[in-house]
Amino acid sequence: MSLQLLTYLVVGFTFTLYIGIAIWARAGSTKEFYVAGGGIHPISNGMATAADWMSAASFISMAGLIGFIYEGYGGSVFLLGWTGGYVLLAMCLAPYLRKFGKFTVPEFVGDRFYSNAARIVAVVCLIIASVTYVIGQMKGIGVAFSRFLETSYETGLTAGMLIVFIYAVLGGMKGITYTQIAQYVVLIFAYTIPAIFISLNLTGNPIPQLGLGGTLADGTYVLDKLDQTVTELGFNEYTTSVRGSRLNMFVYTLSLMLGTAGLPHVIIRFFTVPTVKDARRSAGWALVFISVLYTTAPAVAAMARLNLMDTVEPSPGNYLQYDERPQWFKNWEKTGLLKYEDKNNDGLIQYSADPAVNEMVKIDNDILVLANPEIAALPNWVIALVAAGGLAAALSTAAGLLLAISSAISHDLLKGVFNPNISERGELRASRIAMAFTVLLAGYLGFNPPDFAAGTVALAFGLAASSIFPVLMLGIFYKRMNSQGAIAGMMSGLGVTLFYVFQHKGIMFIQGTSFLGGMDHNWFFGIEPNAFGAVGALVNFTVAISVAKLTPEPPDNIQKLVDDIRSPHGITAPLSH
Amino acid sequence: MANRAQEYWKANVRLILKLLVIWFTVPFLGGIVFVDRLNHFSLGGYPLGFWLAQQGAIYLFVALIFYYAKKMSDLDDQFGAGD
Repeated sequence: MSLQLLTYLVVGFTFTLYIGIAIWARAGSTKEFYVAGGGIHPISNGMATAADWMSAASFISMAGLIGFIYEGYGGSVFLLGWTGGYVLLAMCLAPYLRKFGKFTVPEFVGDRFYSNAARIVAVVCLIIASVTYVIGQMKGIGVAFSRFLETSYETGLTAGMLIVFIYAVLGGMKGITYTQIAQYVVLIFAYTIPAIFISLNLTGNPIPQLGLGGTLADGTYVLDKLDQTVTELGFNEYTTSVRGSRLNMFVYTLSLMLGTAGLPHVIIRFFTVPTVKDARRSAGWALVFISVLYTTAPAVAAMARLNLMDTVEPSPGNYLQYDERPQWFKNWEKTGLLKYEDKNNDGLIQYSADPAVNEMVKIDNDILVLANPEIAALPNWVIALVAAGGLAAALSTAAGLLLAISSAISHDLLKGVFNPNISERGELRASRIAMAFTVLLAGYLGFNPPDFAAGTVALAFGLAASSIFPVLMLGIFYKRMNSQGAIAGMMSGLGVTLFYVFQHKGIMFIQGTSFLGGMDHNWFFGIEPNAFGAVGALVNFTVAISVAKLTPEPPDNIQKLVDDIRSPHGITAPLSH
Repeated sequence: MANRAQEYWKANVRLILKLLVIWFTVPFLGGIVFVDRLNHFSLGGYPLGFWLAQQGAIYLFVALIFYYAKKMSDLDDQFGAGD
């Protein structure tokens, strides 16, 4: 059976599955639409959270980022940052927000700080962070379709949107939850099966996590061999290459952790489990499911880099003839993601750290995972599975983000601020309309991706870390925090982070509008803009606490509310006696 | 009874702080600040610091969350706060 037919079959099967689930899991009430009725088992929710969290970026781009751009060790910032945040979520946020027992993150901010202004600021932060994030998913869907099913980008995007539209509008959180569980299963098989084959080929060990610490056929360790190969070509040593400086890596990691814990589409997943106890356990299960991919990724990164180097330079000084390049090389050249330029006209492929000599002029991050099965000469069904996996990762994250955005619109803005008397049925209808509107908006942005799309990941994590995370922490752990402090903190954390990102990348990412002119790159202690969220968070905490100390205490009923969210059940009840 | 709620909360915060020290030490100190020193040791073919930063810390995060969940369940039972 041809690869393309097989891919259509596999992808078609998964899509049918998602739609079947959508029809089965229709939402009948706002509680089902926003939090899946609050009855999801903690392990199921853990699996859905893992799919919600792992986006096209985790699935397609991360291993390539680690292996190439961040040169190995430097890529640890993603591995640590995008997992460590779950510890904060499990201990400092999820259980108390679950106890609070409402539907959205801005709703907590609005109630805890007894202020609609605070709620609206939170909605704005949420929408900016989630919309920038969703653009990347839409692009991932279009790219996966066009590469594997050889449709146009637009056709692919339309098909993807249609699927999300059906199950998100129909089922809300309930439909999304069950499709995410199915999507996790698809994406994790798609990611690990090629990794197992590659590890087995290189090291004889089928477990990639062990294979990376194992030996090659000639008895040398994989990582020793890789260090040696890359340094011979003038690259930094794989196991020690630092990204920027050690301080930059430190702050970068911390920013991603705080951002992970503060991203609303992840937090709301913990509103779907029955109890506070389940919320804690569910965070653990989520990380178990996530770490299957995250501990495999470094092995994929290292082994794929080694494979690539071996292909172009089978033995030291002996380069591959361009005419004899393998089929996968040709396939990816067609997409423009892999580029060769014969600088010295000798017909050989020289790969080097020196840009004057290097002839592999482009190796896109995204190739690594997508081309892996081809490089390792795996059977066609594995390649078809990888296509379905990439789509599952993008669709599941897109749906989670769309729900976070649409519930902020229908529940926080419409019901919370403009029309508090809206009926249950009216709100359910409004939430479906908001969802449909959001899918169309995301689709529009997918068709017309703004130039700044690539730079906005920094913004999404920066905003979540510098505005949402601190205000939630303070709302739970600092009873004295009042509305003045919370609003001042959010605005200043947000302001500082935007200032630094825009100063580097232009206002709203428009080139040449860096308002302070030619300042040194990464001028604040060598910290890059992507890593600035932690600094913004620090500013937020400092300003919020200072302002709260200078302004009146929050009212008694708010202090009671804090007592109430702090205890899972009952201990505070006798207070009134 | 209010005191019991406060005791429960204090025990929770103490547990969180204790676990956050580990959460901070292993990845940030072991995986980043002192990584070169740890790389003198190895775990199979992995330099130890590199292993912590790309594998070990992730396993530790999972263990920390389940340990916290277990300890808090015990605490809930002890205070009759379970649900």
